[in-house]
Amino acid sequence: MAVMEHDLVRQDAATLARAMGDGEVSSEEVTRAHLDRITAVDDRVHAFLHVMPERAIAAARDVDRRRAAGEPLGPLAGVPLALKDVLTMEGEPTTCGSRILEGWRPPYDSTVVERLRSADVIILGKTNMDEFAMGSSTEHSAYGPTRNPWDLDRIPGGSGGGSAAALAAFEAPLAIGTDTGGSIRQPAAVTGTVGVKPTYGGVSRYGLVALASSLDQAGPCARTVLDTALLHAAIAGHDARDSTSISAPVPDVVAAARAADVRGMRIGLVRELSGEGYQAGVSQRFDEAVGILTDLGAEVVEVSCPHFEYALAAYYLILPSEASSNLARFDGMRYGLRAGDDDARSVEEVMALTREAGFGAEVKRRIMIGTYALSSGYYDAYYGSAQKVRTLITRDFEAAFDKVDVLVSPTAPTTAFRIGEKVDDPLAMYLNDIATIPVNLAGNAAMSLPIGLAPEDGLPVGLQIMAPPLADDRLYRAGGALEAALVDRWGHLLIEEAPSL
Amino acid sequence: MASITREEVEHLARLARLQLSDAEIDHYAGQLDVILQSVARVSEVAEADIPPTSHPIPMVNVFRDDVVRPGLDREAVAAGAPAWEDDRFRVPRILDEE
Repeated sequence: MAVMEHDLVRQDAATLARAMGDGEVSSEEVTRAHLDRITAVDDRVHAFLHVMPERAIAAARDVDRRRAAGEPLGPLAGVPLALKDVLTMEGEPTTCGSRILEGWRPPYDSTVVERLRSADVIILGKTNMDEFAMGSSTEHSAYGPTRNPWDLDRIPGGSGGGSAAALAAFEAPLAIGTDTGGSIRQPAAVTGTVGVKPTYGGVSRYGLVALASSLDQAGPCARTVLDTALLHAAIAGHDARDSTSISAPVPDVVAAARAADVRGMRIGLVRELSGEGYQAGVSQRFDEAVGILTDLGAEVVEVSCPHFEYALAAYYLILPSEASSNLARFDGMRYGLRAGDDDARSVEEVMALTREAGFGAEVKRRIMIGTYALSSGYYDAYYGSAQKVRTLITRDFEAAFDKVDVLVSPTAPTTAFRIGEKVDDPLAMYLNDIATIPVNLAGNAAMSLPIGLAPEDGLPVGLQIMAPPLADDRLYRAGGALEAALVDRWGHLLIEEAPSL
Repeated sequence: MASITREEVEHLARLARLQLSDAEIDHYAGQLDVILQSVARVSEVAEADIPPTSHPIPMVNVFRDDVVRPGLDREAVAAGAPAWEDDRFRVPRILDEE
């Protein structure tokens, strides 16, 4: 059946790429369909902070021209993508969801953007996020919240809520997110989409505005496991401009997604990431998914990671500490906002006024927590202890991966909550990341994929798969198998059940 | 362990170059206290013999080839500056009155 007979925006990236390769449809038509969709629905969803129609169409026409000339093109050539507004793209606004960078246009491309461009992916625009990626709901954006396409009164997760909502609202088939404590996986879970945090160092951080440098990792988001793998392969790999980039071949994630086979795979259920605190419908769908993995031939066992209960506390010391240092660069001197410069005030006064005017409440909270944790007299008790917990969590993972190939858990303890419900209750907000944070502390790879709707509220539930560092392919092997079994059962992807907006 | 006073929030804000309003100081004093008490439990398991981890993937002495590359475009950088004068960033006076 020709792809043109269907709504182009509902197709996945692999299908669109194949149709473009077969000459059924042009990249310009595909790109225009997505730009039209953004025009039609984004005033309600608010996934995008910035859309670049002229630049996107020019890029699409260039792909079409080169394809017509017989030039060999990559597997995602001509496919549109939504880019999280924390990655630089030369000449386009990059706000990180903050007033302090309003109007700033970076003079360079991030490595992720450079690779997307060389893969001929069409970048449609920049997506909304919690300010400097601090948050789990996208409510901490200075430009207003993004809404969950499943229920516009609810949050789309965060910090990458814009990227996840763009996928769930069929505004783009691909998106880039960044994940410091769950900012790719938790939005994927609550929007019924797929997201992967690659192994730390798997994707270059050059041009990714830093939140917590030892935790930040950019990664692929899509509506299917295969699309996620195709995007992963396009952006991953060593980059000499990021000294923490891994100098090793990228695991063959596309082959793993296509293999989609868990026969003989040993899968561990993390005892500490279940039970109390997890919504009933989340636990129910998770248990069913584990049953499916068993039926597919996986060997499922329970494992214990006793120090995971300290992960949240360690994270909320390490992250603010690194963030307070990283965000010191926003001083109003070289780029971004400057406030209170009246030719009388000193540079120190102008810096303090600029940061007061430019940062939102959550950023200020975390900068002060980090400043406290790093200050003399408290350093050993707070930051030093948190670093030791990080060692204990890594050891828990190592012990678990001696017994099993991957670990699984629910991605988030609840489905999407209502906008405004937790916005001024930091501890309640932080609990959203309880299952995703251990992976960031240890540097592992992890995926979230949709496993159904919670019966009590009809909202999407995500399952998290965790793999050892550099074994990202296992996520796709297991995720692909589970996705195929669920599609077989439902007759379609879960996202097909999302309201039409 | 923690008990954050209003004065301590003011001190932290000063260290972090944040000119907080009085209302913000009151608001954050309570919140920071709750957060710090919650995260303080890391010390329960941080035994003396456990080495700290600062970075998830251990790497030392990462080198790249020392080749000449073009720097950022000067005009593009100037365009992003809050104030630019005589081919330089213009900044407020750097010394205080006293």
